[in-house]
Amino acid sequence: MKIIVCIKQVPDTTEVKLDPKTGTLIREGVPSIMNPDDKAGLEAALRIKDEHGAHVSVISMGPFQAREMLREALAMGADAAYLITDRAFAASDTWATSSILAAAISKLDYDLIITGRQAIDGDTAQVGPETAEHLGIPNISYAEEVHVDGDTLVVKRQFEDYSHLVRAKFPVLITALGELNKPRYMTPGAIFDAWREAEIVEWNRPDVPVDDSNIGYRGSPTRVAKSFPKTMKAPGMKIEEGVEESVEFIFDKLKEKYLL
Amino acid sequence: MTIEDYKGVFTFAQQVHGELSNVSLELIGKARDLAQDLQTDVSVILLGHNVSHLAKDLIAFGADHVIIIDDPVLDEYRTEPYTQGVTAIIESYKPEIVLFGATAIGRDLAPRVAGRIHTGLTADCTSLDIDPESKEFRMTRPAFGGNLMATIICPDHRPSMATVRPGVMVKELRDDSREGEIVNFDYTFEENQCWFEIEEVIKKVSHKIDITQAKVLVSGGRGMGDASCFEMLQGLADALGGEVSCSRAVVDAGWQPKERQVGQTGKTVRPQLYIACGISGAIQHLAGMEESDYIVAINKDPDAPIFNVADVGIVGDLHRIVPMLTEKILASRQE
Amino acid sequence: MDFSLTNEYAMAQKLFRDFAQNEVAPIAEEVDENHRFPTETVALMQKYGFMGIPFSKEWGGQGCDYLTYALAVEEISKVCGTTGVILSAHTSLCAGAINAYGTPEQKDKFLRPLADGRKIGAFGLTEPEAGTDAAGQQTKAVLDGDEWVINGNKIFITNGGEAEIYVIFAMTDKAAGTRGISAFIVEKGTPGFEFGINEKKMGIRGSATRELIFRDCRIPKDQLLGKEGKGFGVAMSTLDDGRIGIAAQALGIAGGALEKTVAYVKERKQFGRPISAFQNTQFKLAEMKTELEAARWLVYLAASKYDKGEKHSVEAAMAKLKASRVASWITNQAVQLHGGYGYIQDYGVERMMRDAKITEIYEGTSEVMLMVVSAALLK
Repeated sequence: MKIIVCIKQVPDTTEVKLDPKTGTLIREGVPSIMNPDDKAGLEAALRIKDEHGAHVSVISMGPFQAREMLREALAMGADAAYLITDRAFAASDTWATSSILAAAISKLDYDLIITGRQAIDGDTAQVGPETAEHLGIPNISYAEEVHVDGDTLVVKRQFEDYSHLVRAKFPVLITALGELNKPRYMTPGAIFDAWREAEIVEWNRPDVPVDDSNIGYRGSPTRVAKSFPKTMKAPGMKIEEGVEESVEFIFDKLKEKYLL
Repeated sequence: MTIEDYKGVFTFAQQVHGELSNVSLELIGKARDLAQDLQTDVSVILLGHNVSHLAKDLIAFGADHVIIIDDPVLDEYRTEPYTQGVTAIIESYKPEIVLFGATAIGRDLAPRVAGRIHTGLTADCTSLDIDPESKEFRMTRPAFGGNLMATIICPDHRPSMATVRPGVMVKELRDDSREGEIVNFDYTFEENQCWFEIEEVIKKVSHKIDITQAKVLVSGGRGMGDASCFEMLQGLADALGGEVSCSRAVVDAGWQPKERQVGQTGKTVRPQLYIACGISGAIQHLAGMEESDYIVAINKDPDAPIFNVADVGIVGDLHRIVPMLTEKILASRQE
Repeated sequence: MDFSLTNEYAMAQKLFRDFAQNEVAPIAEEVDENHRFPTETVALMQKYGFMGIPFSKEWGGQGCDYLTYALAVEEISKVCGTTGVILSAHTSLCAGAINAYGTPEQKDKFLRPLADGRKIGAFGLTEPEAGTDAAGQQTKAVLDGDEWVINGNKIFITNGGEAEIYVIFAMTDKAAGTRGISAFIVEKGTPGFEFGINEKKMGIRGSATRELIFRDCRIPKDQLLGKEGKGFGVAMSTLDDGRIGIAAQALGIAGGALEKTVAYVKERKQFGRPISAFQNTQFKLAEMKTELEAARWLVYLAASKYDKGEKHSVEAAMAKLKASRVASWITNQAVQLHGGYGYIQDYGVERMMRDAKITEIYEGTSEVMLMVVSAALLK
């Protein structure tokens, strides 16, 4: 079986801090990590490999620095790594990103494609389903359990308060939830191999069979009109009133903050 | 045909097992605002099997038109048949805007549809409006783990599509006297290679407690008085869809298990809402929760250090405030 | 000359750090409090190849090197000195001795399961009457046909009872002094090989520190490690290597205490401001950091010399001497800066202070390190 896992290098948003004076994001010194849902997807692929035997490729679109994350994937047990990188691909929205990914993936053989549900920097959850659409294959989102049964894939697909047990034929794309599994650690020896022996295949613009109209800023239907920091925390307020007034006060505040 | 020819605000009415999801009604409420600004009307797409009777509810909550595909194929949500149905309706009516709930269904269906009709899609919006001058549809959403807000536009493609975070938009009051048009949309499904089968529908069983994953934490400290008072906190947590957590003093006293402890020797949490009840706010406790998005503290001691980190501080008797707050929240849910 | 870690080392360091944070730290306090061997963590270290880092893949190891191994011990010791020494004693002393002195057959049979994570190893040299004076061995081994018959007691044996493979030392020729000592490989479960008292310790309390008792314990002749009468050399060179591991452990404990202290002083407020705003705190932290970095480069230097195949006995001694002293001093300062909170269990620094002390004692006391270094100077 051939599995392709799409992974993205993201800033560790849990480490992001706001500048208390300007209210802007402090991005300096924020470590880059493999997107957690994608890592769960890679782990799912590696477990299928452990159990049934499979060739696992990881593919990422991003800047040159994403090579480090691809080496991490190799050190976890992936067999091959591809980096799609070119300035022409920059500023792609989810539609353009999925067009590029689909075109790149179409150059490879695959039975199963796994993406993370969503990336923690963008939180869109759109690239997986849109990639499947471009490839003309089914997608099963929000996978919380996955196993291979003969020539079909059985997936427990999560909804808010219920799940579907779904059976699909290959090829199929699934999007993995972080809670799908606990990803394995790398091993020290595999880290050495990943840096000293493994090769990362780099694909630039000419290597990806996709139309110019579908890539980058010009190929993106959506535009960011503006971005701004989340409203700063107002200084806390403290009241000392009767019980009813207190309840009313809390209730209004929660409502105001969309917490109800 | 130019983009000016696309007219109308459409929403997708999510129903699960014959029941309309709350977000479906919230979307109609928002769509009404947008339609007013654009001087157009609101159409609602309803897909499912034996769901036609839901149309009158959608009209009562503000739909001008309800476009229905009622077919056995749509009994349980499956990506491909729903994509085919929604795509066919969009291609037929050519709306300017289409909204979906940012739910496990909406966030699967919408990108598939956007991919198929080649248009832009903005995920998980928390604010939508129309620019008063340009009449441009603006979609605002959190990104970067909620640290940054971005306003997205879709200048050259139609419809503009968005998924909208549940619980953010406000539904209109039900008005059964409202009138609307019901259209049964004729569509023949094509069983292609994207079809798959659902073998089983599994209802969710209760999950293991993990306070680090909870969006809302109602946390109790020594000021709770005794173990039985935590039932009261559980009531509030249930009303808010959250979990109960506690300070170390509570664990040491044996009132709550260690797995619920927040703080230096417990867990570090960062929920959207943290309600600290009877917690004085020792440095060890603050270390585990001060990154929470919104902190409410209730304590009878006006000098308790917890008030230094709280967004809302209430000096008062939690034993009276908490039950009343719970009741009020439950009552508001009923509405 | 480049003092930064290259990519593969940096990534390995990140791996060890994540592992320590996620798997080791959460149970460190409990393991200490209950004097409990952290079986579950060791099983994970075995699964992920941590128990065979410097050994070649041919023998089931990871094919990395001593520097990588030192990084592993350091990062793990940052959160738990106990787990650090379990890894160190297994790798440097037991597997390391077999790797250096074993025959291919011995490596296949004993090094492989140690390196690939199936078995834990230990090293038995110390006796009630033979501590720093290792030559005073009382344990005897006598050849009887195809078997060695061992009699005697070993004490303070790290991983004792938990390990399945032991490298031990015994007199094969009492009259020959240090030239009468030989090294052997003994497996747990061998008749006549029992475990005695498990010591209650001041620090590294989760590690097993047991007595090994040999009563007419018979092992096959081919479990002699190295040549007969050459055991003293095996012990001394193995301890040279082991000191790099202990130095890394000390470095880790010190680094962990400094990290905790930096976090604490920013949070703790006195007189209306964080105590990090006081110059006393700032200067103290600066001293701690400087001492830590001085120790670090001695440790990495010793590991690098090992990896280049160069003599490293003196460097290992200096690294252990410096790092262990720094660990004791830094952890002591950490407790001081934490004030009363440092003296209670919650913040973990009192545990680190207790853990640090042993690094000045085992695998050669600081005084022995001074002897090694001065002997080389005056040679």
